[in-house]
Amino acid sequence: MKNNVSRRSVLGKITAAVAGVLAAPVAKAAKTVTEKVLVTTDAPKNYDHSKHRWAMAIDASRCIGCGFCAEACKKENHVPEGPYFRTWVERYIIAKPAPGSGAARGETLVDCPNGGMHGYPEPSVPKDEIQHSFFVPKLCNLCKHSPCTQVCPVGATFDAPDGAVLIDPKYCIGCGFCIQACPYGCRFLSPVTKTAEKCTLCYHRITRGLKPACVEVCPTQARIFGDLKNPVPDDPLQKFYQNNLVVSLKPHLGTEPRVLYAGIDKEVR
Amino acid sequence: MTNAVTNIVEVIMPHFEGYAYPNEATQQPLWSVLIVLYPYITGLVAGAFIMASLVRVFNVKALEPVYRLSLLTAFAFLLCAPLPLLFHLGHPERCYEVMMTPHLTSPMAIFGFVYAWYLMAVLLLELWFDYRRDFVVWSETTPGFQGLLYRLFTVGVMDESDEAAQLDHKYGHILSIVGIPSAFLLHGYVGFIFGSVKANPWWGNVLMPIIFIMSAMVSGIALCVFNYMVLTWIRRKKVDMRCLDVMGMYLFYALVLDAAIEALDWIHRIYSAEEGFQVMQYMAREKLFYTLSLGQVAGGTLIPLILLGLLQLIRRRVPELQRRRMYFASAVLILIGVLAMRWNVVIGGQLFSKSLRGIMGYKMEFAGLEGWLMGGVLLCLPFVILTVMVKLFLSERLPTDGHVPHRD
Repeated sequence: MKNNVSRRSVLGKITAAVAGVLAAPVAKAAKTVTEKVLVTTDAPKNYDHSKHRWAMAIDASRCIGCGFCAEACKKENHVPEGPYFRTWVERYIIAKPAPGSGAARGETLVDCPNGGMHGYPEPSVPKDEIQHSFFVPKLCNLCKHSPCTQVCPVGATFDAPDGAVLIDPKYCIGCGFCIQACPYGCRFLSPVTKTAEKCTLCYHRITRGLKPACVEVCPTQARIFGDLKNPVPDDPLQKFYQNNLVVSLKPHLGTEPRVLYAGIDKEVR
Repeated sequence: MTNAVTNIVEVIMPHFEGYAYPNEATQQPLWSVLIVLYPYITGLVAGAFIMASLVRVFNVKALEPVYRLSLLTAFAFLLCAPLPLLFHLGHPERCYEVMMTPHLTSPMAIFGFVYAWYLMAVLLLELWFDYRRDFVVWSETTPGFQGLLYRLFTVGVMDESDEAAQLDHKYGHILSIVGIPSAFLLHGYVGFIFGSVKANPWWGNVLMPIIFIMSAMVSGIALCVFNYMVLTWIRRKKVDMRCLDVMGMYLFYALVLDAAIEALDWIHRIYSAEEGFQVMQYMAREKLFYTLSLGQVAGGTLIPLILLGLLQLIRRRVPELQRRRMYFASAVLILIGVLAMRWNVVIGGQLFSKSLRGIMGYKMEFAGLEGWLMGGVLLCLPFVILTVMVKLFLSERLPTDGHVPHRD
């Protein structure tokens, strides 16, 4: 059998392999440095995003619709006045079916005046005709396959390794494509900065060991927040996952939201 | 009390029927008239180029009078195509980022490249190869600033020999062949910007790029018919009826294809009746009645189909004047119809909430960035540029061997 392996080719291959092995950490370091230099976040300098995995869950059955969360969010994040919300609370009223209609349920009415910040008006359906009524807090769904990130033409919005979906405001060109692509209506174009804005899970707070503002003020713990990589003893998030059957919003779109809900109805979109 | 006071000074919110996510309750859709014009103008470019390619690639001799006019039309409109997009950005000064750091999974990221490719590598070069020998001749015969301009356009290549002309022709031919898929890419890609939005049942549709390409061809050919007839009228010349008949024929076939694909899209939507279909049905019946049923379907498709179809069947029995009128009316109706189609896609897709529970009303403002005035200006600008180009490159006083209208 003829041996085709020459000394030169073997040496070449070994050199390539060594170069490859050496290049990997260099490339990784370069990527980290580039990320730190180019990406603007509100995290402190010593924050290591690879050591966390933030998640939020909503127990809708606990929500009383006080709207403190929406108000706290507006104040904490300097969200502009008007129809701009990083989080809001929807009210669902499902009426009883009309007698003899043969329907299982009546009409569903949804409202959210001013994001739910200042309460809700009297329902248009008389109280004795209401079958179900409940509140649903909404925020960025932290999609695993986030369409907003996918469509951003310049990569200004990105999936942080710790689970948050963030926007670099110095980079955003304000084209609005991400706002169109978000199925949950969680983004808006700020009239102040002319860039896209969204819930960051209060990134400036969580990276300093605090809870997001909405979680902090929720009087009924309907919003449950935690770090999946560093569960604390008696972790509320883990308890929530254990005790509830959960759903996500618009699962047919394949976005795989990581904000999971318990206690909501099929009418919630 | 505070609440009551704030309510008085609060901005009057747009009227929604049903429920919309709070962030959707803005006064006008996020993508407004500027984004309606963007695919419209881009489509006209692609269509006009295909029209020119019929002469260059498919050797349709009858269309020679409109070859250069079509190319110049494509060029004038291409220069204006990115303007609406640029003006619409929250930070237009950062637009270069799309080309500096494109995010490759974004359907919008590649626009800069596709646009640059089409402008620099296809259209500009094809025009140059087509005009180069004329530039040399004109630079020698035209005095003053205009002559200097022609000299500048030659870029120093002053070879007037037949070999050089053959080489020009050969390269022009190759560029034209490359240009056809490029034109499809340019506009199919614009369709994909909308087709890729799965969050929106009105847009997220696999047929969207094809619908955009077909409607682009239709609108581009109609624009060439319109431009040719208007130019002829301005110059008080006689329309080349053979050329017009052939343009009408291509316009008819393109319209048949376009109508078939758009009908297929609707049949599929109606039959599958997926989530959100009820909202779409309501939109088509109520909110978009004028632009969809009247503008796009009746005025922009059915009437031109009948007019052009009739001309295919009984052309010889229709007197020339009537024929010209029928072609002109069809072209104008199609141009309005395709603009209505872009409106229906862009604005229609934003008139309902993504919660699929609410419908928004929209009244376009007059002044302002997203108003009638701005829309009108942006729509007229390519015609102004084209007029200058026609003066410079299609003047009757300039001798040429090229394919130009109104050669006696």
